[in-house]
Amino acid sequence: MKKFLLPLALFLVVVGFLGVGLKLNPREVPSPLIGKPAPLFSLPVLHQPDKVMTNADLKGQVWMLNVWASWCVSCREEHPVLVDLAKRNVLPIYGLNYKDKTDEAKAWLKQFGDPYTLSLVDAQGRIGIDYGVYGVPETYVIDREGVIRYKRIGIVTEDLVREKILPLVAELKK
Amino acid sequence: MHRFAVAALLFALACGPALAQKPAPVADPAVDRRVQELSNELRCLVCQNQTLADSNAELAVDLRNAVREQVVAGRTDAQIFEYLVARYGDFVLYRPPFKATTLLLWAGPFVLLLAALGVLFGALRRRRGQAAEAPPDAEEQARAAALLGTPGPGRDGT
Repeated sequence: MKKFLLPLALFLVVVGFLGVGLKLNPREVPSPLIGKPAPLFSLPVLHQPDKVMTNADLKGQVWMLNVWASWCVSCREEHPVLVDLAKRNVLPIYGLNYKDKTDEAKAWLKQFGDPYTLSLVDAQGRIGIDYGVYGVPETYVIDREGVIRYKRIGIVTEDLVREKILPLVAELKK
Repeated sequence: MHRFAVAALLFALACGPALAQKPAPVADPAVDRRVQELSNELRCLVCQNQTLADSNAELAVDLRNAVREQVVAGRTDAQIFEYLVARYGDFVLYRPPFKATTLLLWAGPFVLLLAALGVLFGALRRRRGQAAEAPPDAEEQARAAALLGTPGPGRDGT
């Protein structure tokens, strides 16, 4: 009987590791950007193409950056949550319109509602690379000092807003 | 000559679509080669089990172009890797760096090997100890000879 204890213990350890491995989402790559200053951008505004906005203007505010595109199917699923969040006026949401066509992006916002204080145009996806974007939608929460405090790869859900984002924003605003 | 032309034509046809997907060609084979070498060391984050060189995902094309720009700008390999790691984390590297969080990854196989060798030598030594402990005494030898139907030790049994 005793002879089997060691192999059994080893087996259970392996099962434990595999079990945890099954539950991990391989798409959630930990971002090295958390705790780092948000990369600087200076981009044209979607609805005012002559105007250029930079995130240096947002110092002193807690704000959200949401990467979206009209071609992105998951963004549609996420959109009502953002529209709802915008209505609560907790923090300004800035959109990064990633590798999109301007007319299509505008039509999309008209159709589904516009939760963004402003949307910025990243037609080439260069700023996306600086922010480590690899799957749209992605969402960042940036604090008053301009440091990235939170990053979400994939859809922002109602639960996530309630359990993670709102408490974080409340803490950052203290 | 005719045959060669046909072969060349077939080759061109076969390569056509593949070449069409590549980013804007630069007339410098050395740059191409380095971009290729670097992309082979980098992971495409969209299709995670492909290298940047193998992947046709849009992001992979963008990242290859970013790598190309840096190569043209004269950055070193280390600087280019650093550029990508700063944005996407160590996960972009197919060869993870050796540091505290990857210690188990790098050292794990060797630790396992050492542990296995330890167990093996332990088992071997125990077995040898057992064999040395119990040499057959005269009585046992006589019994063995009786069972085998041979006349005791000291004589050839055949």
